[in-house]
Amino acid sequence: MKVNWKIFACEMVIYAVLVFTYFWFVLHYFAGSLEDMFHHNRMKFAVTCLLLMIGQAVGLEIISSLLFKLLPWKKK
Amino acid sequence: MYFPISDTTINPVYLICLGFIIGILGGFFGVGGSFLAGPSLFVAGLPMNFAVGTDLLHIVGKSIVAARKHGILGNIDMKLACLMVVGTIAGSEAGVQAIEALKKIARVDLVVGGVAIVILSGMSVFVFLESWQAMKLKGSTKPLSKQTSQEKDRRAFKFMSKWTQSFKWWQVSLPHSGVKAISVWAILLVSFVGGVCSGFLGGGAGYIRMPFMVYLLGIPTHIAIGTDLFEVVVSASYGSFRHAMNGNVDILIALIMQTGAAVGAQIGAVLTQYFNGPRIRMAFAPLPLIGALMVVYGLLTGHHLK
Repeated sequence: MKVNWKIFACEMVIYAVLVFTYFWFVLHYFAGSLEDMFHHNRMKFAVTCLLLMIGQAVGLEIISSLLFKLLPWKKK
Repeated sequence: MYFPISDTTINPVYLICLGFIIGILGGFFGVGGSFLAGPSLFVAGLPMNFAVGTDLLHIVGKSIVAARKHGILGNIDMKLACLMVVGTIAGSEAGVQAIEALKKIARVDLVVGGVAIVILSGMSVFVFLESWQAMKLKGSTKPLSKQTSQEKDRRAFKFMSKWTQSFKWWQVSLPHSGVKAISVWAILLVSFVGGVCSGFLGGGAGYIRMPFMVYLLGIPTHIAIGTDLFEVVVSASYGSFRHAMNGNVDILIALIMQTGAAVGAQIGAVLTQYFNGPRIRMAFAPLPLIGALMVVYGLLTGHHLK
């Protein structure tokens, strides 16, 4: 399998910037309220955890799929 | 980086790299990766109860990504997955209840540990021998990309799946997996046993369920991987919800791990296209042995890594 590592590295940089921006957003705005939920409303916390994880998984899957489409995977 | 929910400080790069490695394993083998992620989080300083719950929640995210990719590649048998979810959840509850019962009457660590070592080591040896034999068999001469799932999947010990498929009671066909007729009870029993192992031994027990699907139900390896991942999404969601209710989940750690896993799971799923069934199974063979070694370590030192 042959991979163009330069393109792969560029895509990883784009991905890293997107993820960093996303984390800044989540940690800045949601960390406090998530901690508060954890201590005071476990049911709400459990539902939010699952929804956040599913939402993030779908979102990142779309982004990484787009990046992977640009990546030329070639069989020997 | 400080995580207030679990009151722990862990380097986020470590979490992303860990997620990436687990993602590749999950996408390629159809396992959750709890045998590696749980201990790695524990080693990084996360309390064991948080390590187990957080790992399970991260598995949900990673499995969604890998299952979607396998779905696009045509590796998910939805009919089989829906039937297996029922047996897995029931078995998982039974496994947890069995642990609780054993706690009252016996040295639970020794019993569970002994059972785990025998099952995992036996499976590792069996998968290695079978895939070794299967690789010697003459396969299709067509290029791998043009082979069907059945053609990609030479198997040495077919008598096991033939025996399971001989049960006539309440049969269904699984055309996507190339199985003409199989008893629903056989599917439920296999998934129930996988679920019991999950509840009894901890983690998602994908390293037990995936070989069960291949050897006992006769499902092609690629479809077993994809279908198992779909099933893991449902069963791990249920498990992580329960852990979150008990306060064993640090969502921020799980979210960070999942960013690495999103890439790793795609790479793992794509890589399955380039390997036939026996080669994937041969690479899979050491995984149950790693699980067994961790149990041995736990029994010898008293530290539980799962």
